[in-house]
Amino acid sequence: MEITPEKLRWLYTTMYRIRRFEEVLLEQTALGKSMGVAHTSDGEEAGPTGICAHLTDADWIGSTHRGHGHCIAKGVDTAGMMAEIFGKYTGLCKGKGGSMHIADFTKGMLGANGIVGAGIPLAVGAALSAKLKGDGSVGVSFFGDGATGEGTIHESMNLASVWKLPVIFVCENNHYAESTPVEYAVSVTDIADRAASYSMPGVVVDGMDVFAVYDAAGEAIARARAGDGPTFIELKTYRYHGHYHADDPHTYRLPEEEELWKARDPLPNFERKVIEQDLMDEVEMERIRNEIDQEIQDAVEFAEESPLPPIEELYTDVYVNYSNSVQGLR
Amino acid sequence: MTTTSRPNPLGPGFDVPGSEIRYREAFNKTLGDELRRDPDVFVMGEDVAGGAGREDLGIIDSWGGAFAATKGLIQEFGADRIRDTPISEAGFVGAAIGAALTGTRPVVDLMYFDFITVAWDQLLSNAAKNRYMFGGQGKIPLTLFARSGVAAGYSAQHSQNFYSMVAHIPGLKCIAPSDAYTVRGLLAAAIRDDDPVIICNHKKLINMSSFVPDESYTIELGKGRYLRRGADVTLVGMSYTSEVCRLAAELLAAEGIDAEVVDMLSLSPIDEDIVLESVVKTNRIVIVDEDTPRCNMATDIAAIVADKAFDSLDAPIKRVTGPHTPVPYSKPLEDAFIPSPEDVVATTKKLLGA
Repeated sequence: MEITPEKLRWLYTTMYRIRRFEEVLLEQTALGKSMGVAHTSDGEEAGPTGICAHLTDADWIGSTHRGHGHCIAKGVDTAGMMAEIFGKYTGLCKGKGGSMHIADFTKGMLGANGIVGAGIPLAVGAALSAKLKGDGSVGVSFFGDGATGEGTIHESMNLASVWKLPVIFVCENNHYAESTPVEYAVSVTDIADRAASYSMPGVVVDGMDVFAVYDAAGEAIARARAGDGPTFIELKTYRYHGHYHADDPHTYRLPEEEELWKARDPLPNFERKVIEQDLMDEVEMERIRNEIDQEIQDAVEFAEESPLPPIEELYTDVYVNYSNSVQGLR
Repeated sequence: MTTTSRPNPLGPGFDVPGSEIRYREAFNKTLGDELRRDPDVFVMGEDVAGGAGREDLGIIDSWGGAFAATKGLIQEFGADRIRDTPISEAGFVGAAIGAALTGTRPVVDLMYFDFITVAWDQLLSNAAKNRYMFGGQGKIPLTLFARSGVAAGYSAQHSQNFYSMVAHIPGLKCIAPSDAYTVRGLLAAAIRDDDPVIICNHKKLINMSSFVPDESYTIELGKGRYLRRGADVTLVGMSYTSEVCRLAAELLAAEGIDAEVVDMLSLSPIDEDIVLESVVKTNRIVIVDEDTPRCNMATDIAAIVADKAFDSLDAPIKRVTGPHTPVPYSKPLEDAFIPSPEDVVATTKKLLGA
């Protein structure tokens, strides 16, 4: 698939932005700046990047508890994200959601979700709206290998199929659900094999190769926009860190396995390819990295200097037009 | 947690061999005791061992559950009885119900109380109703445990206390231990009980220590206990708010107000008698519930008191609860959500016209 120079730069910038955000977030969490837990997705960058490269603000994505990469690939602002995780009023959700519930509806990001499998039907719903409105937009549902154990995946895929909805199911198979390996918890080796049972195409994609993801996603999204229904994309990928910031993955993963995956890191992978094919050079990529490093540093400063939400915000946004929460019962 | 010399009517009391251990260790110890005691008992849930299926790689027991409730058990009891599940709450809770109906005694780790709704239909439509609908055929000796409550930025979907929804359902039982001593007795009782019992382990209690007897014991379901005797007002707590009430009573004592603290322990079956006995004596009652206010346990208890102790009341029944909102993430908002000892003190003083 032809990729324009702008899109190539965007692919690299986005992947590096995700990587740097996650690395810095882990540092900041270790310093106690976050008010909760951090589920980082470093290692998995190529997936959301390659997919969201084909999306606009009018398209919607559903996400998981591990949603920072999804946010960033969808164009969500890193300063607003960092402020949200620091629990600040300038956060995307006014500090009311935190890392596991970051959302930005101006960017078509339906929100990170802490209940496994709960975000899947939401993206199907976005596709349903798209079909009702006839506006050509699509929904993309991100979920992990662990989520394929939930009933919602079955119901969502069946629904999307019988209603021929413009939704793309993207399984980020990072081979672990917390400490539970995919070979134990999932009844098939290639989860995409299940797509046939729902009469939709299923493709297995190297989730460490943003070009492979870009190609597969382009086809699936075009299908959806043309009204030809859903597709299931399985990304074989890997999270470098534990389930959350304080989880030591060496209690259930072997270091040799981690090394194998790190040898296929999407960033050097990309760098090698574009240099070989004379599409970008190291100077340009270094400039991008420096800019992003500064951007993330600025995001941290912004988050640090921002105020906390006022107590009144505890009571707002429960409903649109009703409030039954004055002071609780005290 | 105060271990006073006042005899505790529940369990063996404190003058027996034992030690100060944390809630989580008492839980783990008791699970081991029950697994040893009855070969039909088994545990299942996500990451209850961890690293499932990787024994050949030398990986076993990598997590032992989300708060190490099951750590060290798979080595003794094996992977059949300490069974990791895929993330399929409706599926494995339903399977647990079916297993219970057909002769085994499953203990299910649901990890977070909030996830109970993923399995809700199985609990509501099957666990709660099968015995009744089938005219007494079958019993469901299912035990289900999960961490509940507000703490440390877990945010809206991992911080809830809606145990009143469980207590509301005929056919389900619900308990809320308040310290390491009570969780040991209540967990044993729940596992030995032939009805489905849901146990709420409040996150803020998990690392708190109290005296725990070495030997196995049960605390009868449906019995509350006094944490403090007093004359001026009854404070009723449940789960972590029993600790909140205990702290509030200390603050009140410094101001010359003598509060009695009732620790409910059991939400269904519920100990009405201890609440009524106390309010008949003190004539004023404050019920503290970390849950949101509509249709919560505090409201249920208030109705019981209004009905059965009306003539004893010198003042309206007060409830101190969270607000009618989801639990927010940012710390100042989260702190404002939680009913604190200071909130209880303020409400109590207003109640006493002080």
